[in-house]
Amino acid sequence: MNEELSTTAELQSFDEKMIEIIKMHKWFGDFHVLQGIDLTVGKGERIVICGPSGSGKSTLIRCINRIEEHQKGRIIVDGIELTNNIKNIEKIRTEVGMVFQHFNLFPHLTIVDNLTLGPIWVRKTPKAKAEKEAMHYLEKVHIAEQAKKYPGQLSGGQQQRVAIARSLCMNPKIMLFDEPTSALDPEMISEVLDVMIELAHEGMTMIVVTHEMGFAKSVAHRVLFMDFGKIVEGNTPSEFFDNPQQDRTKLFLSQILH
Amino acid sequence: MEETANNIQTEELKPPVTSVGVIGWIKGNLFNGWFNSVITIVTLYFLWKIVPSFIRWAFIDSLWISTGAECHQAGGACWSIIPANIRFIIFGFFPYELQWRPLVAMILLVGLLYYSQNRNHWKKPLAYAWVIGLFIMGLLLKGGLFGLTPVESDQWGGLPLTLLFSVFGLTAAYPLGVLFALGRQSKMPAIKTICIVYIELIRGVPLITLLFMSSVVFPLFLPEGITIKVIIRAQIAIILFTAAYIAEVVRGGLQGMSKGQYEAAESIGLSYYQTMRLVILPQALKIVIPPTVSQLISAFKDTSLVVIIGLYDLLKTTQSTLSNPEWMGFSSEAYFFIALIYFVCCFFMSNYSRKLERELST
Repeated sequence: MNEELSTTAELQSFDEKMIEIIKMHKWFGDFHVLQGIDLTVGKGERIVICGPSGSGKSTLIRCINRIEEHQKGRIIVDGIELTNNIKNIEKIRTEVGMVFQHFNLFPHLTIVDNLTLGPIWVRKTPKAKAEKEAMHYLEKVHIAEQAKKYPGQLSGGQQQRVAIARSLCMNPKIMLFDEPTSALDPEMISEVLDVMIELAHEGMTMIVVTHEMGFAKSVAHRVLFMDFGKIVEGNTPSEFFDNPQQDRTKLFLSQILH
Repeated sequence: MEETANNIQTEELKPPVTSVGVIGWIKGNLFNGWFNSVITIVTLYFLWKIVPSFIRWAFIDSLWISTGAECHQAGGACWSIIPANIRFIIFGFFPYELQWRPLVAMILLVGLLYYSQNRNHWKKPLAYAWVIGLFIMGLLLKGGLFGLTPVESDQWGGLPLTLLFSVFGLTAAYPLGVLFALGRQSKMPAIKTICIVYIELIRGVPLITLLFMSSVVFPLFLPEGITIKVIIRAQIAIILFTAAYIAEVVRGGLQGMSKGQYEAAESIGLSYYQTMRLVILPQALKIVIPPTVSQLISAFKDTSLVVIIGLYDLLKTTQSTLSNPEWMGFSSEAYFFIALIYFVCCFFMSNYSRKLERELST
């Protein structure tokens, strides 16, 4: 299934800009976690970010939907700049879906209620219509038969697929994945990655923080390597893995690829 | 012969008699070790001394319907004090011929509470029923409309007063407490400071002090000609006091929530208000049901402190009965009776909280 997604050795150019990050800085107290990030993501582009822990990769994507606040520079998502304007923030959040390492489903709601919460309360969709759409997305992640259960009754892989469906229910233009398979048992990783690959086929703009290099090779247009709060290197998967330019990238790749 | 041999073989082995059944239980729980044996024997001795004489006092030598004079002659319990004074104990100084009104109000209240137990009934009509019900209860107590004789609130007393303080106190204090808990977590410094100061001030002061202040100090600050009834001032003091404690209990629940829940709610675009109402509070309040209910139970019992500002709640009407020379000296019986009333109410509250916990567990 991967041939359709095959990416050329050369960096693809995208006409439409989806995300623009310009000279963005962020501090946690005195700790300079993001040190001048410049990144442009095109519409339909798929980016994989890797790097050692503490390098700021999760913080970077969390800034894109303002779960973390940046302190310097600009972030523009689909033409809307992220400022303290709460209306803009809420608008961007409805356009950007996010999937977390620990799923973060709402344990007091059934699966289908987890999915319809956003559409009903944020998009004001009528309940019946929202439930119909929710079932559609649950079928898409192959889990429709669990709709009436509670999150605690599902396995990790199933929960993460529900979390993806929950984000999709809001019809996002961008999907952010923050280490979506890191908290999963090994035998459940592929069921989640398969759903993500299907999503990629549909042309979704995706930014994925992951160490699944197989996924990066087959799906990403661009792989970024981050270290110490900076984007060290970014290239097509084939160039990135076969011909890394920076020493730090080489060291990192040798550590994770053996 | 062979048959018996077979029977012996197939017969299941039973544990030794001394480790099961009544004897086993006694051995295992009451006489395991010399220390527990001594405690068991001492306890049995005390029970032997107390229980028979209590039963004799309460049931055998007791009088149930008699005059006070007859009671003084007899040696046992004088339960007669209760039927003889029941209307004063329950209704206080409420005009004698109008006491059907608080009675109907209480029946209405119990009926509504009973109906509200079932979570399937928690729909809009129930809310309307409560609003109408509370209005009717107030009307029955106060009168003045539809040809009902007006009764001033200083004549209210006994059980209706206790229930009034409790129901309004608890239902108003709970949401207020939740608000203070949210305020204490707020990122806005002004709101946060106000909430912290409020909670810590109230928690640092005994309820008695608050009641005194509401009845003695507070009226001094009111402009000339404006008076607020003591019953309302006491009610407000109870609400403010209980709310501070509820706030701390709820804060405990809020702090138990993982950051991921907030982030997930934010990431699908829910506003702060929606996040709290739909995601955080349903989970946090469920976690703190047991401590919340013990807080409410203790608030219910604390309403009896209003005696010190001269309100005739259930405890005070009972005490007044005891100062009648005819019934003087039968305080144990009277206090047994109101203890029973308090116990029944508290028991239902704690029972209901356990039921709610079971139903909400996911």
